[in-house]
Amino acid sequence: MGKANEGTIYDSLRKRGVSRRDFMKFCSLMAATLALPSGAGRIAEALEKAKKPSLVWLEFQDCAGNTESFLRASDPTVVQIVLDILSVDYHETIMAPAGKQAEKSLDDVVKNQKGKYLVVVEGSIPLKDGGVYCTVGGKAAIDTVKEVCGGALATIAIGACAWDGGIPAANPNPTGAVGVKDAVKGITLINLPGCPANVVNLTATVVHYLTFGSLPLTDSMGRPLFAYGTRIHDGCERRAHYDAGRFVRQWGDYGHQNGWCLYEMGCKGPETYKNCPAVRWNQGTSWPVEAGHGCIGCAAPRFWDTMSPFYRRLPKVPGFGVETTADDVGIGVAAATAAAVAAHGIIRAVKHKTEEEREEK
Amino acid sequence: MERKRTYIWEFPVRFTHWINFLAIILLSVTGLYIGSPFLHPRSGADYSYTMGWMRFLHYIAAYVFLMMIALRVYWAFAGNRYANWRVFFPFTRQQRHDLGDATRFYLFASKKPPYAAGHTACAGIAYLFLFVMFLWEIFSGFALYQVNDPAFFHLILGGWLLSLMNVQTIRFWHHLVLYFIWAFAILHVYIAVYLDQAEKNGLLGSIFGGYKFITGREWE
Repeated sequence: MGKANEGTIYDSLRKRGVSRRDFMKFCSLMAATLALPSGAGRIAEALEKAKKPSLVWLEFQDCAGNTESFLRASDPTVVQIVLDILSVDYHETIMAPAGKQAEKSLDDVVKNQKGKYLVVVEGSIPLKDGGVYCTVGGKAAIDTVKEVCGGALATIAIGACAWDGGIPAANPNPTGAVGVKDAVKGITLINLPGCPANVVNLTATVVHYLTFGSLPLTDSMGRPLFAYGTRIHDGCERRAHYDAGRFVRQWGDYGHQNGWCLYEMGCKGPETYKNCPAVRWNQGTSWPVEAGHGCIGCAAPRFWDTMSPFYRRLPKVPGFGVETTADDVGIGVAAATAAAVAAHGIIRAVKHKTEEEREEK
Repeated sequence: MERKRTYIWEFPVRFTHWINFLAIILLSVTGLYIGSPFLHPRSGADYSYTMGWMRFLHYIAAYVFLMMIALRVYWAFAGNRYANWRVFFPFTRQQRHDLGDATRFYLFASKKPPYAAGHTACAGIAYLFLFVMFLWEIFSGFALYQVNDPAFFHLILGGWLLSLMNVQTIRFWHHLVLYFIWAFAILHVYIAVYLDQAEKNGLLGSIFGGYKFITGREWE
């Protein structure tokens, strides 16, 4: 990883044996992901000139799922391209050095390339009790984030945890976990939520920066619009079944075997914004809904708390057991009212004569 | 007893009442289908557009309902004293007194029905709660519509809720409040029938024709 810094990105790709044709295919993929009409040429031009930005990848309270996603591109050419575009100088899971040597390579980047390197943060940052719940090399995550992100050109928060705390921040959040946006203020930050985030979107964000010199436009929650601007439901290949009222009702039933809509199985596609149906996963092989499982809304804010139960349309009723639905409670309320009314009517018929009725007798 | 035939409910009040009645039934049925589809095709070859139609009808009924609420709010300022916005708030001493009387009557602690020419103070408060539930259903409904179809109009009518609450929480309460409205409807019909019998003032008929037969001992 480290040595290939010489020359431009395109140069180093050619040295690694990536053909011009594969390079242009990659540029087209990036242009399509970023929704740039006829942008492939411009991207190719930029990558022919651009030098690789130094990148450090910090992991805190995470499962390395975004790292897995990052390394899980099935086509070796694309892996090469991704690893070549990003000169990963520090990444705890995949780097060769260990211990003090590893920490030194992080320090080197932070000191020697101040204001010029990119940071990817994976995992949430615990703030409770002085941040003792996550330390790397004896240093609390919050201190590392402040130092490394503070001196960076830009920070990319990858995955749900780095965005809004993810599963460590789910109720009751024992470690006081937060995402990067709440841990450090005043840094250039872009968020790529998802559990995990898609490597195509990460690469496209960096390619956008290399091509235009700026980060892509974001929504009010700091997510790039090219990836989080459209609703899963609107791009879903099962959408026609939704409109037609053809729903999977049980795993493995006729509808499930025939690719019907997973709405009744609790699919959160109708409330989740991400480009999964378009870019898919593992080099466009498939994505959860195509594979027969509903969307769990992993790119939505605080999704562990807000999008669960994952197999139900609606959240559970607060204060009741997990199996109680809003319908149970609602029907209960209506039935109790009807029962009260009936009881009132009976009492009235038996013993309660009003003024009017007595007057008539 | 001498009774005077009096015009209580003006046309806009009766009109919004009955259009709302129809709209709420349509909204309930289509809304329940959208929340939890209860019709299923018998085979894969069945051609239908069930969810599409249910949602279309839900939105149409929602707009009609919205217009009726707007008209009724306007009439709370433009209409007669029985339609006026003041009847929904127990501002006056008389209203608070009537509130106590009515509560005692409903709990069998008093034999005196809550004679009222228009709404009793008790009914006024109940309709205020109902109105709040209606507003919630409108705002939350347009918030959910904003997710489906972002537009400035939807943002104004409820889309702003999305910046305050999670979309699933909004969906949950949009669904649950439906049942609260049903519970209200059960009470509403029961009390209407009850008071019609207790006061013998043509209360049930008044929502069709607008006239009640009042005795003069009404508190208002």
